[in-house]
Amino acid sequence: MAAAHRQHKRRRLSPSPAPFDSLADELLFLVLDRVAAADPRALKSFALASRACHAAESRHRRILRPLRADLLPAALTRYPSVSRLDLSLCARVPDAALAAVPSSGSSPLRAVNLSRSSGFGAAGVAALARACPGLADLDLSNGVHLGDAAAAEVARMRKLQRLSLSRCKQVTDMGLGCVAVGCTDLRDLSLKWCIGITDLGLNLLALKCNKLTTLDLSYTMITKESLLSIIKLPNLQVLILVGCIGIDDDALASLEKEYSKSLQVLDMSHCQNVTDVGVSSIVKSIPNLLELNLSYCCPVTPSMVRSLHKISKLQTLKLEGCKFMADGLKAIGSSCVSIRELSLSKSAGVTDTELSFAVSKLKNLLKLDITCCRNITDVSVVSITRSCTSLISLRMESCSHVSSGALQLIGKHCSQLEELDLTDSDLDDEGLKALTGCTNLSSLKIGICLSISDEGLTHIGKSCPKLRDIDLYRCGGISDDGVIQIAKGCPMLESINLSYCTEVTDRSLMSLSKCTNLNTLEVRGCPRVSSAGLSEIAMGCRLLSKLDIKKCFEINDVGMLYLSQFSHGLRQINLSYCSVTDIGLLSLSSICGLQNMTIVHLAGITPNGLIAALMVCGGLTKVKLHEAFKSMMPPHMLKNVETRGCRFQWINKPFKVEVEPCDVWKQQSQDVLVR
Amino acid sequence: MASGTATNADPDQQTVRSNSVEQFYFPRPGQSLPGIPPFFGPPSSSLYLANDNEAKVGNQLEPNPSQSTDWDPQAIVSNLTFLEQKIKQVKDVVQSMSNRENQVASGSCEVAAKQQLITADLTSIIIQLITTAGSLLPSMKNPLSSNPAVRQLSNTLGSPMGFGVNANQRPSVDSKTDIPDIGKASGYEELINSLNTTQDERDELIKGPNPCGGEGSEPTPMEDHDVKESDDGDHEGENLPPGSYVVLQLEKEEILAPHTHFCLICGKGFKRDANLRMHMRGHGDEYKTAAALAKPTRDSGSDHAPVTRYSCPFVGCKRNKEHKKFQPLKTILCVKNHYKRSHCDKSYTCSRCNTKKFSVIADLKTHEKHCGRDKWLCSCGTTFSRKDKLFGHVALFQGHTPALPMDDVKRKRRERLFWTAVGGLNWNCGASSRVEDGEINEEVEP
Repeated sequence: MAAAHRQHKRRRLSPSPAPFDSLADELLFLVLDRVAAADPRALKSFALASRACHAAESRHRRILRPLRADLLPAALTRYPSVSRLDLSLCARVPDAALAAVPSSGSSPLRAVNLSRSSGFGAAGVAALARACPGLADLDLSNGVHLGDAAAAEVARMRKLQRLSLSRCKQVTDMGLGCVAVGCTDLRDLSLKWCIGITDLGLNLLALKCNKLTTLDLSYTMITKESLLSIIKLPNLQVLILVGCIGIDDDALASLEKEYSKSLQVLDMSHCQNVTDVGVSSIVKSIPNLLELNLSYCCPVTPSMVRSLHKISKLQTLKLEGCKFMADGLKAIGSSCVSIRELSLSKSAGVTDTELSFAVSKLKNLLKLDITCCRNITDVSVVSITRSCTSLISLRMESCSHVSSGALQLIGKHCSQLEELDLTDSDLDDEGLKALTGCTNLSSLKIGICLSISDEGLTHIGKSCPKLRDIDLYRCGGISDDGVIQIAKGCPMLESINLSYCTEVTDRSLMSLSKCTNLNTLEVRGCPRVSSAGLSEIAMGCRLLSKLDIKKCFEINDVGMLYLSQFSHGLRQINLSYCSVTDIGLLSLSSICGLQNMTIVHLAGITPNGLIAALMVCGGLTKVKLHEAFKSMMPPHMLKNVETRGCRFQWINKPFKVEVEPCDVWKQQSQDVLVR
Repeated sequence: MASGTATNADPDQQTVRSNSVEQFYFPRPGQSLPGIPPFFGPPSSSLYLANDNEAKVGNQLEPNPSQSTDWDPQAIVSNLTFLEQKIKQVKDVVQSMSNRENQVASGSCEVAAKQQLITADLTSIIIQLITTAGSLLPSMKNPLSSNPAVRQLSNTLGSPMGFGVNANQRPSVDSKTDIPDIGKASGYEELINSLNTTQDERDELIKGPNPCGGEGSEPTPMEDHDVKESDDGDHEGENLPPGSYVVLQLEKEEILAPHTHFCLICGKGFKRDANLRMHMRGHGDEYKTAAALAKPTRDSGSDHAPVTRYSCPFVGCKRNKEHKKFQPLKTILCVKNHYKRSHCDKSYTCSRCNTKKFSVIADLKTHEKHCGRDKWLCSCGTTFSRKDKLFGHVALFQGHTPALPMDDVKRKRRERLFWTAVGGLNWNCGASSRVEDGEINEEVEP
């Protein structure tokens, strides 16, 4: 029967002329590149058009992201010129799958990403090393099960230039020593969370791999013993030392006589043993630094900031969660005139006078983050808008003392803005109207702004055609009309959050279905949304990957059927409180790429239906279920699903149907804050 | 030779010998034994310190200052009288023993104890006799070397004239059980030894004390049982000027002798005097007294003794005194370890690795503690006991890489097999190999 079908297909295809015989592959590939850029699904249609198209598409493809690791050999045979293999959708990649990678002397494979996969060990890595001797980029992040043996196999890939061993907690100095000796060509290495690694291994690494440009040593046990040799690396440009408790003032002071001319980025955030003294002493050693991150690291004192004066090219300064001493922020204004990006989010001690002074000096500022600087008022906003007119990013979530009048100034003066975060502010329609000048706006976050209405959104829809991301979380004042205006005016929209906008109905979803690039839709707590709207979204937004329909009580199995039919790209879904039953869930589980499901408080779901869906859905990595199901499902089934790489999270929240009005919710959250 | 006599453990033979000795030297009967003033009362320490001194200075043949006292006829007369009484006592005891043997077969231990007492008494008598005779010698301006036995004894017993007096002055040692038996025995052994010897006098000086059980046999100021295994005596920083110390050279056989302390009753050999004393407890209650078990103390007699250093008998060795840059060894122990390490075969092989060999058993034991724990392995096959040493090695040599121990690899392989087995289950349960945009485009025929 199948054979007959194939013959029939062949007969049907055979008369069609080979359209690309006269076209050189290079030209054809350029065409395909453009087609793919315009519509990611176009290549698939192209490949299905004819045998020649199929062959051309096979030759053209460079990146492969398979859904199932056991089909890897077939996929690599079909796409012979694939250079990047991304296995991030395969939760389990057994050794056998990696061993099946066809080994040829001149394998074009250059990059393999195994960061989201488990189930393979040293043998799999060894097979990969044999099959692809020319591999240059290998990501083994999250390989908590990988040890020194795997690292020793990695060391066989002599041409490796980029390697990530993040969270390979079992790797010790021995493994790192093997890598250091074997992969001397390394440029970019991440050892984040490799807590088994000590100074011994790092010293050897610094000795053997002197081509390193990027090194991530976050949360490792590095101390002053190896910091010196790391800093001495001649080509090192980026050094990440997040959360290194072994780095203290003493270690930084020991670098005093050393210079690193190449270092451009230094991240010492969460280094809890570093104080302003240590920072002052290290800045002498890194004169060419461009980016410095001292978030959650040390108190900001005027003397420390003045020492930054020595770094003449400093462009980015991140001081999140720092405690500003008196005049610390002022000193930034006078000492760091070159900086373009300043982050002060969640910092204590940011006052109006100091911030006003600082921003008045920082004329070149492009990005400013003052999230949760709760003490600032209109004064700061006035001086920001006056002096930093070229800002492209302004984040001021939860600056609740700023009045709506001052927020209008932002739109009036900072017309270059591409990213604006005014979440939880007093923004009103006038403020949104002022943003009409910001035609480059691509991300607008105005959640919990209760005063805005459809009128303001209409202004945005009319003037911001480049908008890709809009957050309208708990904007209780908006309704379908505003969303329709956004959907009409912003065809490039990729992500929209309409959670708890209780007035939103299926009409909004129907209009949003025209935004073909939409990949994230959150309509949590919109009780008037139904399966009809969702089906429109499923049919229109074929790239949908994240969907949150929690507490959309009207959505039932019909919506799921549409999703399973059209939204093959769906990765993450929250179905809690919906009217979906076993049937809907089973049809949903036919979506191969589904990784993340939240299924809590669904009246229509039975344990049998749930376990059937879980067994069918092979690619799941994380599932949130109600705790009651834990005892109702056979343990060996759960065990089996877990073995495939899925983690269960058992939720024990009370069943709560009613949705609070947005103003009540805001009042409550403010009360919590005050307390 | 000397030890050969000492190893005679048979009590009967010992009885015979002591009787014959008695008959030979002291034919006169004496008084009862308990009345004897125990002139062996003084703890052996004083006796052996003199011996120590002698051993150290022996090479130089310097007359001991204590021996240059003038000859006192009065003292000799009193000594001889004392000896007479003593011999009588011993004779009485022997007679009583022979009588009792005829009547009842008394307990063998009682007999043995009596035999020991007789032996000890006879020894002391002989020693005193010779001492008395020896006290004449210095006045004769005769070199000590002419009569090695006498000199040996006189050295052993210290000041000849003060001997008996000294003993009498000690009221604490009044019962026969308090008599330090080792002292008795050793004195006797030494005497026999020295009487039998015909060897070269210098050898005798060193060798003589060795087989006997007394503390003095080890002419080292260190306490043997307290000594940790020290190195070859590499006290390079010491740098004594060449003339400021006495150089002793032991012979090869002597250095290699396994034991230096011997039980006079059963002949068992010991390396340490303390072990011998522990052993002696099994030979009777008299060896269990606090005095018998006490560690012999050294008094200030050795303070003004010249510093002694040792030479290795191996000619050409830097530790040999003939060597141009002679570096002396500090103690006997150093000599022993040095000689074994440098000039002997390495006969002890490590049973774990079967490669490392040692000539000093303590070295083997030290090695065995760590053998097999060299878990830090380099790709070149070299192992290291410490990780930092391995990393230093890898850093130094191009192309060398840390190598993982085999069991680690095996464990990983087991884990992998397990995972493969588990993973084989139900993977194919996935509903359809539905095609995703930008992902595997598997064509499924219906």
